Amino acid sequence: MKPRHNMDIYALTWRLPVLVWQTLFFIAPLVFMIAMSFFLVKNYRMVEAFELVNWMKMFSRDYFWDSYVLSLGLAALATICATALAFPASYALAFMVSDNIRRWAIFFLIIPYFTSYLVRIFSWYVLLAEAGIANGVLGYLGLGPFTMLNTAFATIVGYMALTLPLVVILQTLSMANIDRSLIEAAHNLGAGRLRTIVSVVVPAGKVGLIVGALFCFILSFGDFVSPYYLGGSKPPTLTILITDTTKSGQQWPRAAVVAVTMMATLMVIAYSAIRYAYNRRQP
Amino acid sequence: MRRDRLVTWLLRIYLALIFLFVFVPIATSMVFSFNSDRFPSLPLGGFTWHWYDMVYKDPDTWEAIRTSLLVALTSSVLATFIGFCTAYTDFRYRFRFKGAYLALALLPPTIPLIILALAMLAWFSKIGISGRVGSIIVAHTVLCAPFAMAVIRLRLQQMDRDLESAAWNLGANELAAMRHVVIPFTLPSIISALCLTMAVSFDEFMIAWFVSGLNKTVPVMILEILQGNVDPRINAIGSFVFAVTVTLVVVAQLLFSAKTTTTRS
Repeated sequence: MKPRHNMDIYALTWRLPVLVWQTLFFIAPLVFMIAMSFFLVKNYRMVEAFELVNWMKMFSRDYFWDSYVLSLGLAALATICATALAFPASYALAFMVSDNIRRWAIFFLIIPYFTSYLVRIFSWYVLLAEAGIANGVLGYLGLGPFTMLNTAFATIVGYMALTLPLVVILQTLSMANIDRSLIEAAHNLGAGRLRTIVSVVVPAGKVGLIVGALFCFILSFGDFVSPYYLGGSKPPTLTILITDTTKSGQQWPRAAVVAVTMMATLMVIAYSAIRYAYNRRQP
Repeated sequence: MRRDRLVTWLLRIYLALIFLFVFVPIATSMVFSFNSDRFPSLPLGGFTWHWYDMVYKDPDTWEAIRTSLLVALTSSVLATFIGFCTAYTDFRYRFRFKGAYLALALLPPTIPLIILALAMLAWFSKIGISGRVGSIIVAHTVLCAPFAMAVIRLRLQQMDRDLESAAWNLGANELAAMRHVVIPFTLPSIISALCLTMAVSFDEFMIAWFVSGLNKTVPVMILEILQGNVDPRINAIGSFVFAVTVTLVVVAQLLFSAKTTTTRS
């Protein structure tokens, strides 16, 4: 159904805009950032060079590795929490409600992504404060008060605010698409609800579960707001390290080292997760 | 099957708790934007417009809103144009390296914003376009184009391929077919993409904070207030931003669902 050959002006008109724009303003910045990690800073000015000094400085500092381990740990914890917390909800949405309710539920889960994340974090700050509402409610039950702000707990709450709705959506969509006859077959063969979940639902919905977890990891690992405002920024995560290094002074090359390390880490994790997700269907 | 009913009920309660977790902060922020106490806590203080009034009378707010609107409008138009071109290319053509082409088009949202922000700050300074409102527009266009592309591509999926060739057979050239067939067909999704990308741009703060220099958008202003003390002005601004973005999303959603009900030609 193509009246002429592929390379004409008409075709190019549609093909080029994204190529030009994303090359100039997406690829070029990323490539430049990698190059910048080899630049020097002399007299508070950046000098183009090709030196390993930033890499050696950052990699030889304990605080860098502390931040690295902390960021990985928090993101991994967030991923486990989000996956575990989301699963029962997604299961209910996939199997126990009508299509109509499921559509509405997903619509409502998208809404938070169009409210300011900053404002939601501010709300959590107020909710979790020493004299805040969470402690007020717990006080009625005769518990607390607990110190929640400036702890890893608060950071994780922030990460959940960021990622949980998305993880529920992705899990729900993947589980809703599972062939119902598979589940009936499991029941007919005498498997209970739990057994069916473990040996039918989870393997069949594997891709959605892993993609959800991966998104949670990427978002948490790259988030600056939760660890800074809720977690108290001490010790700093890699994201806080980047902002501090960039915003205070001219040490952009060192910030670039941190950013490139983050990117490499994420690529390895994303690649392994996707390989694992699509690797050999469950027997 | 009493145990089954119990499980069902427990799951329902659990589901309600999850939704509570998601919506409590949004509701809190709205409620406390009208609360007279300086530090938000229970029981509530009196009703007040004070925070809205403070925000309303602050010239910085209006400056920020103007910047945000300018950025959101311009970058949504640019992003939707780029998204349309990409979606049409993907719909109609097959060519070598198409996989790489699509990856390039869809990749930006998967890179953490903080990394993009640093990279763009450095690159924009290098080529001399940093610290302006235009820098935020350029950056937001990069970020928003994939969303526009996805929305428009979904609509094109519903278009019969023969529709375009029918127009050619009737003597329309490609441009005329584009104008009289493809664009009218995708129009709801184009408007939907405009709203969606505007909402994305209106909320984005990380890149805007890095590349904007002294030109603050609304979320950047929130970020800076947040760095000070607990300040209920954030609730007032936040509720306003929420109203704007939810309106955009609802319009987008209405058009998006309108398109599934129109005839599939």
